[in-house]
Amino acid sequence: MLVFWVFVSILIVAAAGYFLGRTRALSSAGGDIRQLHSVPGYHGTNVFLFTAVPSLLVMAIWLLVQPLAVQNAVTSMIPADAVPAGSSMSIIMADVQRVADGLDTAIQAGAMTEEQASSLDAASTDVRERLAKVGVALAGDVRPEVLKAAQRYRALTATGSLSLAIVSVVLALGGFVMAWRQIAPRFRARNTVEAFVKGLLIAAASIAILTTVGIVLSLIFNTIEFFGLYPATDFFFGLTWVPSFGGGSELGILPLLWGTLYISFIALAVAVPIGLMAAIYLSEYASPMVRNFAKPLLEVLAGIPTIVYGLFALLTVGPLLLSVFGDNTVGWMQAGTAVMTAGLVMGIMLIPFVSSLSDDIINAVPQAMRDGSLGLGATHSETIKQVVLPAALPGIVGAILLAASRAIGETMIVVLGAGAAARLSLNPFDAMTTVTAKIVSQLTGDADFASPEALVAFALGMTLFVITLGLNILALYIVRKYREQYE
Amino acid sequence: MTDVTTGLLPSGRPNADETAKRTKARNAAEARFKLYGIVAIAIGLFFLVALLFSIITNGVGAFQQTFVKVSIPLNAEQIAAAEKSVVKTSKYRAMIEAALADKIMAAGYKTEFTDPRKLGDILSSSAAAQLREHVLANPGDAGKTIDFQFLASSRVDGYLKGRVTRAALAEDKNLDAGHLDLVDQMKADGTVVKHFNWDFITGSDASDSRPEQAGIGVSMLGSLFMMLVVLFLALPIGVAASIYLEEFAPQNRWTDLIEVNIANLAAVPSIVFGILGLAAFIQFANLPQSAPLVGGLVLTLMTLPTIIISTRASLKAVPPSIREGALGIGASKMQAVFHHVLPLAMPGILTGTIIGLAQALGETAPLLLIGMVGFIASNYPDGIADGFLHPNSAMPAQIFEWAKRADPAFYERAWGGIIILLIFLAIMNITAIILRRRFERRW
Repeated sequence: MLVFWVFVSILIVAAAGYFLGRTRALSSAGGDIRQLHSVPGYHGTNVFLFTAVPSLLVMAIWLLVQPLAVQNAVTSMIPADAVPAGSSMSIIMADVQRVADGLDTAIQAGAMTEEQASSLDAASTDVRERLAKVGVALAGDVRPEVLKAAQRYRALTATGSLSLAIVSVVLALGGFVMAWRQIAPRFRARNTVEAFVKGLLIAAASIAILTTVGIVLSLIFNTIEFFGLYPATDFFFGLTWVPSFGGGSELGILPLLWGTLYISFIALAVAVPIGLMAAIYLSEYASPMVRNFAKPLLEVLAGIPTIVYGLFALLTVGPLLLSVFGDNTVGWMQAGTAVMTAGLVMGIMLIPFVSSLSDDIINAVPQAMRDGSLGLGATHSETIKQVVLPAALPGIVGAILLAASRAIGETMIVVLGAGAAARLSLNPFDAMTTVTAKIVSQLTGDADFASPEALVAFALGMTLFVITLGLNILALYIVRKYREQYE
Repeated sequence: MTDVTTGLLPSGRPNADETAKRTKARNAAEARFKLYGIVAIAIGLFFLVALLFSIITNGVGAFQQTFVKVSIPLNAEQIAAAEKSVVKTSKYRAMIEAALADKIMAAGYKTEFTDPRKLGDILSSSAAAQLREHVLANPGDAGKTIDFQFLASSRVDGYLKGRVTRAALAEDKNLDAGHLDLVDQMKADGTVVKHFNWDFITGSDASDSRPEQAGIGVSMLGSLFMMLVVLFLALPIGVAASIYLEEFAPQNRWTDLIEVNIANLAAVPSIVFGILGLAAFIQFANLPQSAPLVGGLVLTLMTLPTIIISTRASLKAVPPSIREGALGIGASKMQAVFHHVLPLAMPGILTGTIIGLAQALGETAPLLLIGMVGFIASNYPDGIADGFLHPNSAMPAQIFEWAKRADPAFYERAWGGIIILLIFLAIMNITAIILRRRFERRW
């Protein structure tokens, strides 16, 4: 809360700085605007930026680093021999965190005073019961070293926030004074402001890089932790997937990869012929009226959220397929959720994706090539099959690869439509599961993040990320190469 | 030259018969090929129609709900006794059941049940809480007889909507076929009515046993707060990044890296952003789980590439003469961009932003990982800060939650939720199209 008010007051000071700076600039030129190098607004903006930006930047970095630093300091308080067998440091730290949060809640609820919270003693009071009274449920009794650590954690956090407030306010005032004293008729305020703004623009552009770095780091660290608990060879080459949170799980990725690829294959088998033929018809045959009508309608399919397709698979397509292939007729299908259900619905979702990409690519084939072929007496369809499509082939392959990467990364349709059983089977009417569906099931629920059963989701995510990234880079490379050919 | 043709025309001269045959075959191939195209488009459109048909037929029911009208004599002593007991609602429940039994006796319906408790099964279990709320809010009503409309139980509702059949009730412990005979009679004289259900749109989610009470209002607010976060972060950051890349960036390794990065981020599966959100915002930065703030941050990262790509396209569409004109009369490069190029590109930027927001609104997978599912969104957030930080659900997550529940009555809610979600998406996309049509400038 303190941090929030500091934030607000920095903004207020900075806003005041803008108006004061503007007035001072004008008065420094004796009210004659022609004496100034930059218009007064730039002087004001300069004050605003120097007041707000450095202090808010420090604030943001501080807020990111503080939990880490506090965590480290507290971790060193817990002796290594206090970690029971079968547990780990991160589990204990999670306990510490929970107790500390619980104490905060208790103080807010008025069940404890600040002093009581910091002087509680695990030996003399039942902390768990006291916290339960204010609605904080703890899994087990609070051990003395955990309570100590939690109290230390709170103390350090409080000190941290206080120093953060002081540092950022000092920085804001310092920036204000500095920019204020610079104001003079000859001061090139516009140039400094523009340099500043350019810096901000570069920072914004770098967020894309930061996101990628964040994704890679969050995947890598947790994956390494997972491979420390579970052998990598068993993960990559294991043929069974039987997670059990009690321990003794078998976490082989192959059945999941098989399910993913099988579903994606069916989806592409639906989407590619339909999407490609639709694109050919729309770009080569259709009258403008048909094109203007059919193209946006097909693209509506692309704008529908995947949760809708998931529900469609679960409640409409699944039962429909079951009534055709189920026990009453041929008996191939046991339940509505199956590879076929998910694959078919995902195929529907991908139709507009394939068709609009192929449409662009077919349109990029130069008209001269078509004219040449038609001039030699080929029919329209012969021209398309023997001239346009071969010329567009690399681009179309790129589009299909992009669609494949979409299919592999799709989550909601398979979570709802494909079933939950991990199996290696050839029957498309069997329920199977995919990498994405298992990421969801391993990370939702109350699993503790330190167990291999939860951490495996990060290894799965890493695999998924590497596969889709590879496909995307390949596809973008092919498409780009192809475009250059005709530009 | 003749070598090539000999294979086709053995005589060296066109054979009229064969040419005619070949022409026919070629024309047939042409017609077939064209037909394939038409069939492909027809299949695509058929899927669209099937999808929309399935959504509407299944979902419309959620907007109607069955209510039972009961007049309850409020007795001050009974209320006082109920307030003193441990499980307060059970006493209120008994009051409702007694009133219902009286009503049934008075109206002379034929029924095999005599136990008021058994009769009460046609009412939702939320009825007691509704009565209690009314009593607490209007203490002056004690002694009067008040007309109430209580929600009917989801089985009764399903029966009137055709979802629950008598055959299906045979295996159901909650309701008997005898109840349905009673409901038929009550429906005939207007004691049981079906009307538009505002609570579905404005209400909160309910627990597994009360599908008739569940609504999407609270998760709609959750979605709203997330969209605010996305709008206020993704729009400025996306526009700033695009301006830099399009107008200022020198051609070097760093900008190349950024460009490749953005192209790839746009194609990263959304679930991976969920993993990032879980690891970075919840595990690392200790932000609260299930909070719309965290959901908004994740969706911001996800929509940034979309916004950047469309913003760059609209900046590129502003002709260089505008920049040159501004520079020519002495503006700095920054002034040329901010005073002239950016305002002209604004309609395109807004269109791209709205489309990005629509995409974020419908996204579910990353929200699953940051804990916005499995949480029962039963309370409205109190205040703005609470709206951002307090656990909540979001519309697509709420729909997923309903789809997972065992009771088929929730499926109707899920479809109904989809209708609302699609209405929002349609409004956003239509706004984007109108903006583009209205303000787009061709140079």
